[in-house]
Amino acid sequence: MTKVVDRSPLNFYERTYLPALVEGFKVTARHFVRSVKGENTATDLGDGYYPEVPWRVEGGYRGAPYLVRDQEGATKCVSCQLCEFICPPKAIKITPPGPEAGPADRPNAEKMPREFEINMLRCIFCGLCQEVCPEEAIFLQQHYSLSGLSREEMIYNKEKLLKLGGVHAGIQKWKHKLEEAKEQESFPVNVG
Amino acid sequence: MLENLFIDPTFQFVLFSAAKIAVVFGVVMTFVAYAVLVERKVSAFIQDRVGPNRTAPPLALKIPVLGRFLQRCGIFQPMADGLKFILKEDFTPAYVRTIYFWIAPAISVIPAFLTLAVIPFGSTLGKQQMVIADLNVGILYTFGIVSLGVYGIVLAGWASNSKYPFLGGIRSSAQMISYEIAMGMSVVSLFLIVGDLNLSKLIQWQADNGWLVLYQPVAFVIFLVSAFAETNRLPFDLPESETELVGGYHTEYSSMKFALFFLGEYANMIASSAMMVTLFFGGWSLPFLGKPADSLLGGLVHIGIFIAKMIVLMVVFIWVRWMLPRFRYDQLMDLGWRRFIPIALLNIVLTALGVALFNR
Ligand code: SF4
Ligand code: SF4
Repeated sequence: MTKVVDRSPLNFYERTYLPALVEGFKVTARHFVRSVKGENTATDLGDGYYPEVPWRVEGGYRGAPYLVRDQEGATKCVSCQLCEFICPPKAIKITPPGPEAGPADRPNAEKMPREFEINMLRCIFCGLCQEVCPEEAIFLQQHYSLSGLSREEMIYNKEKLLKLGGVHAGIQKWKHKLEEAKEQESFPVNVG
Repeated sequence: MLENLFIDPTFQFVLFSAAKIAVVFGVVMTFVAYAVLVERKVSAFIQDRVGPNRTAPPLALKIPVLGRFLQRCGIFQPMADGLKFILKEDFTPAYVRTIYFWIAPAISVIPAFLTLAVIPFGSTLGKQQMVIADLNVGILYTFGIVSLGVYGIVLAGWASNSKYPFLGGIRSSAQMISYEIAMGMSVVSLFLIVGDLNLSKLIQWQADNGWLVLYQPVAFVIFLVSAFAETNRLPFDLPESETELVGGYHTEYSSMKFALFFLGEYANMIASSAMMVTLFFGGWSLPFLGKPADSLLGGLVHIGIFIAKMIVLMVVFIWVRWMLPRFRYDQLMDLGWRRFIPIALLNIVLTALGVALFNR
């Protein structure tokens, strides 16, 4: 539907600037009176203000990115480094396992990162890492207020990220394969 | 010997003047601090926020109920702000013109205080007239000093040696000069009616004949709008305009030097409110309290009336800032040169005619 905006020239009364003053005063006075009377829903939250009463985050909020574990508590990340590559402010630094490191703690995965660091001072919560991750191993979660006393403290390592991230079963992409593999082990069950 | 000294009128004059200066300075500084608080609270309420409501010394919180209430009002915030300004690092960028960079804040704050010298803030207290300097050319002095204020800003803009402050400084010089003309012309009509440049006499005239705003509403509107432009307040805060020029002329300033600009702005606001009260709203007089006070109590009441009127005007200043958007620069110039100056001139002519016709 097209809406035609009236752009006819201002009449004399409007050009005196008085209507703008009157309207401006009405709007500001309305808000002012409402705030003073304590009826402002935007400021009067009832139970207190921010630091004591944290802001209630809605689901789907995109806060800090953390690594997650799968339903069996294994690291989901396979150290593919796509997130490191895509991260616009270069906040992620991954140390791949290299040849001498042991296998991943998850069956079906060839490797997992030896170290995985996100510099929360650089991260802009853009969510590209979550989007690019082929393993659904990293998610933007609900934390929005990160603070620390030094720059070093704000670089979150793998251990910390996994602890904060928690378990995220999600789409269990490898579950089917895993079950198939298990079946393989006992494949010819009772022949004859 | 000593008695002689105290009776000596020159010595008495010096003594009482010094006392008045000290008191006025102290009161104005307090006013500045709390004007900032009021500004923050009013803006918060208008914008659906809460404003400063946390600062409080631990001792004050011990007072039941009242302590909490004062904390929520932000009563202690100005002290914390002041302390913060003093303790902050005073950073001088390497590329500035140091000497001018240093004197600019001082130049911008001093005129604001100097204008207060001629304003009669009360009738009499005991035998003393409640004005620091009862000049016969009071209003000329004020305009002379007020126009010095622009130097601080221009100098700050130029000395900072970077583009945003520079633009701010240029804007301010053009704006202040244009509006000073309109402002000066608007008060001419007042003095045509009263026939005296002395501000105390002006107030006495108003006490006898009624407030001048009733005789000269046009002049008042012009003066008010020009005062906004002179004090760099919204809707005419183009020299600062955070959205375009970062901070305008004080972008490069920090700590106490910035605080001086800030102080200057609010002191200017106070000075122009006081000026408007004097010129248009009858100063310390009320319609039924027009005689200079003969008792101590009466004198104090007069001072109270003056301050109350001033506070009302300050609130207008503050409220308007959160009500109107900033003018575009060409609109500002247009308003000054093509609207206000002709209207002010016309007003002078009409007033002159009126005086000529009716005062015979
Ligand atoms: S959210 Fe964006 S900025 Fe933060 S780590 Fe992921 S890709 Fe990098
Ligand atoms: S978090 Fe995802 S994208 Fe990043 S390295 Fe691990 S598996 Fe690859």
